Formats: sequence, structure tokens, C-alpha cells
Amino acid sequence: MALTGIVRNGLALLGLAAATPALAVTELQWWHAMVGANNDAVNRLAEEFNASQSEYRIVPAYKGTYPETLNAGIAAFRAGTAPHIMQVFEVGTATMMAAKGAVKPVYQLMKDAGEPFDPATYLPAITGYYSTTKGEMLSLPFNSSSMVMWVNRDALRKAGLDPNAPPKTWPALFEAAKALKAAGFTTCGFSNTWVTWAHLEQLSAWHDVPLATKANGLDGFDTSLTLNGPVQVKHLANLAELQKEKLFDYSGRYDNGFGRFTSGECPLFLGSSGSYGQVRNNAKFDWAAAPMPYYPDVPNAPQNSIIGGASLWVMGGKSAEEYKGVAKFFSFLSATDRQAKLHQTTGYLPITRAAYEKSKADGYYDKNPALEVPIKELTNKPPTENSRGLRLGNMPQMRDVWSEEIEAALAGKKTAKEALDEAVARGNAILRQFERQANR
Amino acid sequence: MGPERVTFRGWLLPLALLTPQLAVVGLFFYWPAVQAVGHSFVAQDAFGLSTEFVWFENYRALFSDPAYYDSLGVTALFSAAVAGLSLGIALLLAAMADREIRGGGLYRTLLIWPYAVAPAVAGVLFGFLFQPALGLVAQLLRDLGIPWNPLLDGRDALVLVVLAAAWKQISYNFLFFLAGLQAIPRSVIEAAAIDGAGPVRRFWTIIFPLLSPTTFFLLVVNVVYAFCETFGIIDVLTAGGPGRATQTLVYKVYQDGRIGADLGGSAAQSVVLMAIVIGLTAIQFRYVERRVAY
Repeated sequence: MALTGIVRNGLALLGLAAATPALAVTELQWWHAMVGANNDAVNRLAEEFNASQSEYRIVPAYKGTYPETLNAGIAAFRAGTAPHIMQVFEVGTATMMAAKGAVKPVYQLMKDAGEPFDPATYLPAITGYYSTTKGEMLSLPFNSSSMVMWVNRDALRKAGLDPNAPPKTWPALFEAAKALKAAGFTTCGFSNTWVTWAHLEQLSAWHDVPLATKANGLDGFDTSLTLNGPVQVKHLANLAELQKEKLFDYSGRYDNGFGRFTSGECPLFLGSSGSYGQVRNNAKFDWAAAPMPYYPDVPNAPQNSIIGGASLWVMGGKSAEEYKGVAKFFSFLSATDRQAKLHQTTGYLPITRAAYEKSKADGYYDKNPALEVPIKELTNKPPTENSRGLRLGNMPQMRDVWSEEIEAALAGKKTAKEALDEAVARGNAILRQFERQANR
Repeated sequence: MGPERVTFRGWLLPLALLTPQLAVVGLFFYWPAVQAVGHSFVAQDAFGLSTEFVWFENYRALFSDPAYYDSLGVTALFSAAVAGLSLGIALLLAAMADREIRGGGLYRTLLIWPYAVAPAVAGVLFGFLFQPALGLVAQLLRDLGIPWNPLLDGRDALVLVVLAAAWKQISYNFLFFLAGLQAIPRSVIEAAAIDGAGPVRRFWTIIFPLLSPTTFFLLVVNVVYAFCETFGIIDVLTAGGPGRATQTLVYKVYQDGRIGADLGGSAAQSVVLMAIVIGLTAIQFRYVERRVAY
């Protein structure tokens, strides 16, 4: 089996070599973490780019989940075989930024290659996450999403609630969950994916309260956590209380619990706007997306939401010729028509203003209102120190630590205050360790 | 008694015969082990751009971390439960299958099957069965009025990973127990039967002692398995949660090293883990083996 495979690959290679013209095509490796419809979108982009010119060839390769892709890239860099372009999820940003020499900042790349590049054409709510304080763009946003509340409208009807007015505030949501339980949704009134993103990161930005000092870490690695403030503690205490009755029911740390919404089990679900395709394909009921709920007694709420998703990082140590190809590919990606199409097929946010305006002019949001909800959330108000984004070292591990503490609170092992105090203490230890590594 | 001793003249041929095995062990065990020891004395960023020699700091940090002792406790409980459960069930099944029964060959084959299942796949299977909302077993438990929520209840989660890990190892143990049982001379057992010993008594006074070399070997293998090879099952089923309820030592090595990008700390943990496993195996050989009748 393996042997014939090798022989076959060998023959294929020979065939390929024979077919390639004498002029060498510069191959550019693109490692990504996209599956399903989004994987198709990645492959289509590469094909279109490869067909549009003959000097460069983008070779996309799926490398597993976001953390797996990041780890694969890190391991490859250490072995001297890093790809040219690597898709890194938003919480890996601090890790990549700290790796000076391992990455080539995008603004630098475009300048060196002489590609036209104006950061102002991109949506600031998105690029702010991936830029230095001076506004220099370090990576190119690729797929961005925000958090919305997915709503099962049939379930609201069944519970005697107005499907056109899903709960706007948390207290209203809690009441709705009770009505839903009475209407037969006994195992889960509402739930969420990405627990820390929903109930700490987005919650803090949406209520204009700090998650960490130094503008949530955007202004420096010497940041420390402040997520044990009154808003966060009160919210976690509410969730823990509701968990007892299953009015809220925990669905795990990551996004593998999202099927509970599309199967109809949980009628209200905080989740990524990037789950649009999944909802469209799998939900056998009347659904909609609504903005995240807020506490009306918190001043400034709702503020604006922050993004999730991933951006494209360019790895260091490649030749000028290779960088030129990457720069051309990035220009290709940012073209308005392409962005608008990508946005409309995947449900991820458009990264340029022009793509948003075009989708609007096309009347796209009249037919797909769910896709405009995250954009409206992101741009609800001009961002503050607390809602520009966040950049914390070793964030993947940080999220695990926070999740552990949230789980302890939801299981009734700790009070909300104890759990979040502990999350701060353990998280700060991670931050100090990261700071030390980054400054060495 | 024992196998006949073969003597080689000179040392070239024996060396040549051993080389492949030595190369494999050297490449896949000694080389990484030496590297781990080296890494455990440095602090390094994820990309390996800067390295600082920190002596024993990684070890000091490790032993002053209460989470590490929690993990040690979880591992002890987990390993004991997995080894106990998989050895016990496998022995029972082997004792049953060692008799002349119709379709015995089929049973034996079926019982050996799960060994061919990859740990991650076993994890996914159990994940489906015990998924709180949709899983078959979870539904059964709910119908029986037993609350089941491995997402938030640490005990449920531990039970889940123990069941999956033990299930996976039963086949292997079964295979060895069955071979061990079949090697016991029938005449001895028959003689005891004629003397009036019932099946239970025959098992405990004759079969079990004669089976002790197999049991001992399996005990070592199972403990090492529970310590080191259950990573895939835990990763798929619980990812160490809820809280840190299923975070075993080997899973913590992964979490800190790969997710936390703390290679030095993770390497220190690997070295300690290696020492523990070597130590446990040595203890087993020193004390348990004495009571084994070969």
C-alpha cells in the first residue's frame, strides 16, 4: 500500500516536472485551519490567484484546528521549514507579535514589495486587533467574526414570546429562558460556544469594563488582568444560579456544543457569527441572529463588540522574490469584489469598508439580516480602551485557565468571586512568564 | 527449565542482530529523552528565538505549583482505576473464554478487536455514547434517574475517561491472559478437580498463581499505558476538564508545552514523569516480582 503510494506519487511528480515550463514558478505555502465550506473558499482563492498570473503559485494546506496550525507553524519554524503564510487565530496575536524575526510585518512586506497599500481602507474595528499602537498593520485580517445571539424563532413562538423581539438585555433573557423551560425546553434555555469569549471577553467589551490593564494588553505586555470586576462577577454568579435549573446549560469550552442550537435543543445561543453557514445548512426551524444581551444598569452598555477569527501572518526568513508574491496575493485578497464575495459566501465579516458598502448596495443584508448584526455590533460606538480588542500573552492557555475557573463556579464548587479571583491570579502568572520570554 | 540458551561465537553477529532494535530505541527513546532533560534547564520562547539557561528554575516552579500535585493525584487515581478495571474484566473474560464453548473462536476474535481501535477513535466513540444530550448511554442514565453531566461534574468526567481507557486495554490484557491460561497444563487442573476442588477454588489456588507471571507483566504494561498512552482519549473526551478534574500528568505536559508554549516547564514535567514511570516499574520488579511464580 504505502510502497505503491510512493511509487504513484513519484510518477505523479515526474509527470508534473515534465509538464512544468522551464521557467520556475515560485511556490508559496499557505497553512490554514479552515474546514468545510470555508476550506473550499480557501482553495478557490488559491486557484483563482494561480490562474490570474504565472509567476507564483499559492499552495494551501490544511493543518488542523487553530491551535494545531499555530503549533505546526512554530514547529516548522524551529525546524527551518516554516510556510510563507500562516493563518493564526486572533488570540495567537500576542505570540506572533512577540516573535520578532520569526515574522514579517504586513506593512513592511507591502512597502518592500512596492504594492499599493492603504490601511485606512480596512475596517478599523478589525485591523485594530492586528496593528501596533502606531497603526502599523502586522498581519492581514482574513476571516473575522464577532459574537451574536442565535435565536430559534419557532421556540420563542412556542413559549408565547415575540419572535420579532428577542430579549435585548440579560434580565429579559433570563425571563425568556424561564418561559422556554415552561414550554418544554427543559434541558437548556440558553447556552453558548467559546465560554470565555462569550462571558468574559465579549461581555467586558460590550459593557465597557476592562478585562486587563493597558487597554486589555494592546498597549504593552506589562498588563495584568482585571476581569474580577463587579460586572463580570455578577454575570458569572447569575449563570451559576441559572445552571442549577438548566435555564442556562454549559456546552463546553470550545465550539463543539453548537449543535445544541441547530438541533433545536437550546433555543437561544451565543455563538460566533461565523457559524452562519452551519445554521443555514443545519437548522430545521425559523432562525435569526440578534445582538448580544447587556445589563441595562451598566453605564455605556452596550458599547461595541470585539472580533474573533484569524489573520494571515507572513513568516520571516524568506527571499525578496517570495515576499513579492505574498504581497501580490494580499492585494488580490483585498480587492473589493473578492472581499464582498468571500463575505457573502462564508458569513465572515468583510475586512474593507468598500466590501461592506458594496454588500449593502447589493441589497445583500435585506435578504440576509443575520450577517449585518455582527457588523452593527462591532461599529455600535467608537471603541474605548476597553473595547478595542485584547492582546494577552499565551492566550490559548489563558483561555483554558479561565474556563477551568468558570467550570468550577458553574459546578457550584466556588463562588463566582472566588473563581474569577483565582482566574486573575493564575492568568497573571501566565502573563508574567510571557512578558519575561518576550523581553529576553 | 526455560528456553535453551543459544551461544554465539564472537560479537559481530549478535551486534548486527541487535542494531535495528537499538537504533529504534536510541532514535525514539534515548534521543528525545536526552533532549527533554536539556530543555528542562532552559527557558525559551515558542519560536526558539531566545534561550536562557535557568538551572533548576523550571523544577522549582513545578514543585511549588499546587496544580501539579492535583494532577499527580488525578493520575494516581486514574491509573489505579484503569489498570484495575481492565485487568479485572480481561481476566474474567479470559477465564470464561478458556472453556470449550460453541463459537469460542468468534468470541475471542471479537474481544480482541477493540485493541485495533486508535485511542482518539475510542475517545470519539465514548464521547458519542455518553454525550449528555444525545448519547445512548447518557439517555439510559437519565431514564434511570442518574444525573450525568461530564461537562461540569468532575467525577462524571473521570468515570468517562477511565471507562474509555480501560475498554481500550481490555483486549490486550485478554489476549495475554488467554494465552497464559492455555499454557496451564490441563492435567494439574483435572487432578485438582478429581480431588474435589470446585471451580472457584481451582482458580484461586492453582490457576491464578500459575498465571502470576502474565499478571505481573500486564500490571507493568497497564500502569505505563495509563500513565503515558491515554493522552488521545483524554484530549478527545474532556481536554483535561472540567476544572482540572481529568488533567493527568501526561496531559498537563501537553497543555503547558504545546498550548502554553512553555517548553522548559513542560520538559521538566516530562523528566519527572519519566522518573515516576521508571521508578514505578522498578518497584514492581523489586517487590511484586518476588511473589511471582515462574
